[in-house]
Amino acid sequence: MRRVGDAPAVRGLLILAAVLLSALFLLLPLVAIFAQALSSGVMVFWENVSNVYTLHAIGLTLLIALMTIPVCLVFGVALAWLVTRFRFPGRRILQTLIDIPFAVSPVVAGLVYLLLYGRNGWIGNFLDGYDIQLMFAWPGILMVTIFVTCPFVARELIPLMQAQGTREEEAAVTLGASGWTVFRRVTLPNIKWALLYGVILTNARAVGEFGAVSVVSGAIRGQTNTLPLHLEQLYQDYNAVGAFSSAALLALIALLTLATKAALQRRATRREAIL
Amino acid sequence: MSIELHHIAKHFGATQALEPIDLNIHDGELVGLLGPSGSGKTTLLRIIAGLESADRSPTPGKILFGERDVTHVHVRDRRIGFVFQHYALFRHMSVFDNVAFGLTVMPRKDRPSKGEIRARVFRLLEMVKLEHFANRLPAQLSGGQQQRVSLARALAVQPDVLLLDEPFGALDAKVRQDLRRWLRRLHEELGFTSVFVTHDQEEALELSDRVVVMSNGRIEQVDTPEALYRAPKNRFVFEFLGDVNHLEGRVKNGVLTCGDAQLKVDLPDGDEELLLRPHEVRLAETFEPGVHLPMTITAFSLVGAEVRVELEADWLGAPWLATVRHSDFERLKIHRGQRLYAHPRRWHRFKDEVVKASQPH
Repeated sequence: MRRVGDAPAVRGLLILAAVLLSALFLLLPLVAIFAQALSSGVMVFWENVSNVYTLHAIGLTLLIALMTIPVCLVFGVALAWLVTRFRFPGRRILQTLIDIPFAVSPVVAGLVYLLLYGRNGWIGNFLDGYDIQLMFAWPGILMVTIFVTCPFVARELIPLMQAQGTREEEAAVTLGASGWTVFRRVTLPNIKWALLYGVILTNARAVGEFGAVSVVSGAIRGQTNTLPLHLEQLYQDYNAVGAFSSAALLALIALLTLATKAALQRRATRREAIL
Repeated sequence: MSIELHHIAKHFGATQALEPIDLNIHDGELVGLLGPSGSGKTTLLRIIAGLESADRSPTPGKILFGERDVTHVHVRDRRIGFVFQHYALFRHMSVFDNVAFGLTVMPRKDRPSKGEIRARVFRLLEMVKLEHFANRLPAQLSGGQQQRVSLARALAVQPDVLLLDEPFGALDAKVRQDLRRWLRRLHEELGFTSVFVTHDQEEALELSDRVVVMSNGRIEQVDTPEALYRAPKNRFVFEFLGDVNHLEGRVKNGVLTCGDAQLKVDLPDGDEELLLRPHEVRLAETFEPGVHLPMTITAFSLVGAEVRVELEADWLGAPWLATVRHSDFERLKIHRGQRLYAHPRRWHRFKDEVVKASQPH
């Protein structure tokens, strides 16, 4: 007996469509990036990459990602702990609020931050009196990057922690463990894979964020230019090879991230297979 | 260590999970909290443990462990052992680390040395017969083994009281039997005070020194298993502690009538409902004057020490259950569709919640 949708013609057609679409929309652009970046030879690619502005952009991008990750990590764990371990009024609303960065266009987020923290903004105006500038400087970039990436860790953790329930933690407390010991020895080992996965997603997004950052950074070369902004500027200057060299770097970071994720997932599933 | 509860009540939002409860559990006693789901038994256990807090208003309750008032003592300082229904073992730790956990989280000044912890854990693992499984992960053990680990883990910190939440609920019948007996022996050996929650009457009656029967957040009766079974205080307890057959009818001049069924009773005129246990029903091929309860056999089950026979009649609301000796089963040549007569050996009556048991005349 044949199962529904198992006709050879249907199956062939679906496979063909999947392969074709992946090739056209995913693989081909990726190949094109590296092809373009290396179109004038490896030396030119290297010159572009080792350009002082590019190097600064790489540095700033990685620095922002490096600062974003711990903030999102702590925020995500605290939030997931809060909504899965406690019952309080407004819990549902909080869970919906977490998704705002997903729902709102990053450009809108950037504009709102500009409105609030810019020199003419409510909070920015106040801070300006103390000679503190957030917008058009790296703190602004960090702020919007955190805004855009803050749901990733929490979103990874909440379903898992909900599924695992509170019994193990309760057991630990009845055995005399303090709150911190419970977290360190019982909760953390149970969520570490989801946590790592959340960090990887956060990193990917932090490195690649364009919309929100472009609004608040001012894109000053050598000062507030991140790699995606730098790429765009090069492209606007008709330096296609330079732009694609930066693009290749970003793609490389993305590929590395994906490879790490795949490796971690393989390890996690293998661990589960043992159990 | 004895446990005293004074006026413990609990609300979840607007719903009352526990009505104000008073209960005394003696030192070294093994007490079962028995009731259907939603009766508040687990809530009560969790309040004793400190995993849930009792209502503070209108009148605050009080929990005493021996002389010690633990009402406001945090779970981690109550010195209890808690065994969860689904074991709640730390899934990423070996059996050894699970059992050792309570010892390793002690404050440094009280914590035993590494070697002493090792010795103590292995003593406990030997006691639960799992010394060869010390390096396994919980997921590599069967349900019964996991529950034994969970018990060893709870006992490792030498708790004042041991609390068990449906400890055998998730296990199959055979393992359950073994574990029950084993827990009973352990209890007698070590002499700790323990309270366990169950919805299984058999388990409660077999294991407990005293049983607390609960329903709807109330304690219905606290008694030894024998007293509970022989003299249930009310209809709920009677019905909850085993299968029950109902006989409803109207009494006139000392005869209860229901359709074409008749039973001589020594009761005043009026509507009556009599209750009978399956072993209180005798089956015969003939009827006697004053005892005319014709029935048809619809099913029977031969497994067990006695044959369980299901009976129906058009004058009955719900089918009856009778237990018959195998010899009687053969003598009566019982088969489906056979018509027989039921003869009550005795019956119970809970009118106005007053207990009456009587022999038919």
